[in-house]
Amino acid sequence: MAEFKEIIMPFKNTPGGIIQAFHAVQKKINYLPENAIIDAAEVFGIPVKEAYGVATFYSYFSIKPRGKYIIRICESAPCHVAGAAEIIASLERELGIKIGETTGDGKFTMELTECVGQCQATPVITINGKPYAGVTPQQVAEILAEYE
Amino acid sequence: MINVIIDGIKVSAPDNASILQAAELAGVKVPTLCYHPDQAIKANCRVCVCEVEGLPLLQAACSTPIRDGMVIRTNTPAVIEARRTILQLILAHHPQDCLNCIRNKNCELQALAEQYAIRENPFELMVRGLPRDTSTPSIVRDPDKCILCRRCEYACSEFQSVNALGLENRGNHAMIVPSLGKDLLESPCVMCGQCIHACPVGAIHENEEIDEFLAAVADPDKIVVTQMAPAVRVAIGEEVGMATGDMDMNVLVTALRQIGFDYVLHTNFTADLTILEEGNELLKRVKEGGKLPMFTSCSPGWINFCETYYPDLLDNLSTCKSPQQMFGALVKTYWAEKMGVDPSKIYSVSIMPCTAKKFEAARPEMNSSGYRDVDLVLTTRELGRLFRMTGLDFSRIAPGKFDSWMGAYTGAAVIFGATGGVMEAALRTVYEVVTGNELKDVNFTFARGMEGIKEAEIDLNGLKVRVAIAHGLANARKVMDQVRAGESPYHFIEIMACPGGCIGGGGQPITKSNAKRAERIEGIYKEDEGLLLRKSHENPEVIQIYEEFLHEPLGHKSHELLHTHYHDKNKKFL
Repeated sequence: MAEFKEIIMPFKNTPGGIIQAFHAVQKKINYLPENAIIDAAEVFGIPVKEAYGVATFYSYFSIKPRGKYIIRICESAPCHVAGAAEIIASLERELGIKIGETTGDGKFTMELTECVGQCQATPVITINGKPYAGVTPQQVAEILAEYE
Repeated sequence: MINVIIDGIKVSAPDNASILQAAELAGVKVPTLCYHPDQAIKANCRVCVCEVEGLPLLQAACSTPIRDGMVIRTNTPAVIEARRTILQLILAHHPQDCLNCIRNKNCELQALAEQYAIRENPFELMVRGLPRDTSTPSIVRDPDKCILCRRCEYACSEFQSVNALGLENRGNHAMIVPSLGKDLLESPCVMCGQCIHACPVGAIHENEEIDEFLAAVADPDKIVVTQMAPAVRVAIGEEVGMATGDMDMNVLVTALRQIGFDYVLHTNFTADLTILEEGNELLKRVKEGGKLPMFTSCSPGWINFCETYYPDLLDNLSTCKSPQQMFGALVKTYWAEKMGVDPSKIYSVSIMPCTAKKFEAARPEMNSSGYRDVDLVLTTRELGRLFRMTGLDFSRIAPGKFDSWMGAYTGAAVIFGATGGVMEAALRTVYEVVTGNELKDVNFTFARGMEGIKEAEIDLNGLKVRVAIAHGLANARKVMDQVRAGESPYHFIEIMACPGGCIGGGGQPITKSNAKRAERIEGIYKEDEGLLLRKSHENPEVIQIYEEFLHEPLGHKSHELLHTHYHDKNKKFL
């Protein structure tokens, strides 16, 4: 697909540019399809298995299609202690999906993340990068409503 | 040189040595798992940790360089406790399935668990329950057993430049998977099986088919016939407690009969035949301006590699089938006719040092006898299991003789088993065909040994032939890139997929180092030297088959039975 190569090409000569290239692809379609990985391998002159290794190594990359809004729940120790599991349960109830899954309408995807640096008020979730600190299970529906 | 003290032993080691290397010099054995003598250091298993005076933490011996005056202790209670914990952690992710495992008693993890007296595991057993990958007829992946040492990935990428295996995810979720997380068949895997030798455990192994063999032997309607590749003899001894190369060929013949083969023939016969066909094909290409350089075509891992990575150069491949497949085509035609047996009753089993041969035998085009030419391929390891299973005592087996019509061979066929052997065998014949003179010294020593790429110019009465030999597919890739760029100076190139040639094949006894490969190569040339006939065209049964059946090299019958064509595998991700 010429489209992916166009996105990837500008990073060809940047050291470690494949990571930026993958971010650029995800900005367009929220995940890294196989063809994007194959094209990146070609552009950067590395075996596909290595490009695939990069694509699966970083938690911010996904090789599975994802929804418009990506909800990340911090699973690091402070959030864990503050009850991240209850937030997860609440989100799962509201959305009818489990961690790693996407809602049928393609709107929300739930993922786990490491610390996002908002430990002053735990537990923390982010939606498309926007942090929500000190979240309670009761607030979940309200937060989701922002994205209706 | 640097002086260090290891477990109280003073030792001088080279400046760039690791603790592990220095310990070896001191005669101190440090356990390893991810370490491999022919690979780069990975330091991911940590089982080689040692104490270094002045350092607060234990250090991995494989990756820690020595410094002058370093005092190292490899066997303190703290070190042993750490190693046991490491082993327990690895074992907590490993199926407790040793009894059923193909690597039972030949497993580095099992050996360490025994050595460190692991009796129980405080960590909860968490096996992932991943499916086995049985997509190829050659190699089975059992990812649950993988300990993530990455030795297979290194062999696949660095020795072979095949890049079929890689790391997926990270941390607790990390796995070694075929490229893009597909199955092996869809990946660029060429089925050479070098990953199997690299694997310390049973996470990747041959597709074992000894039950198929036993069923055929049990079937009274089947005439079970075997052919055996030249590299098998020099290694099979390792499977039954003998030194490398020690198995006597004639004892092996009797042993094969005792495990149930009705007739014992030899792939060496068709190796000699290959030389006649391929040698003449080369001369024809040179004379008639055909595609050059011509590549040998005996190694099915190499054929898969060429079809995967160099489909634009398939016309450079010799059209000769491999000796295994020539044999398969002839045993159900020529041999059946000579013996007066019904070819439909012949069950043709080849014993090969190779995993890719299983794939080759299953290729749909390999049926020129009117049947599947080779019904079953057993690796040297599977033969070893059959020998152990049947309890043969090799010290008491009387020597036997190969059966007729396709059992005779020359030294030229024997050396097919080592890198450079096909080239040397071809030159022995081509020289005499071209010059009409007797070749006094049959030894083309430039072709021998473990150097990655070997080359020479041979003068055949004024006709200068430039030749090259590559073994290990990373070396092959260098030669191939030169051909693709139009810069190859050669007429004829021998390529074998596996390091060292077939003696290092993916179906051989688990081979932990290139040093072992070199040992087997010695056995090959010793056998060649001991034979009276050392040129393929002097093989009496080969002379006979041309007189009675094939009539001439590259003739009509040969074309029908002994030659083939290749296909672009059209792999989408490399």
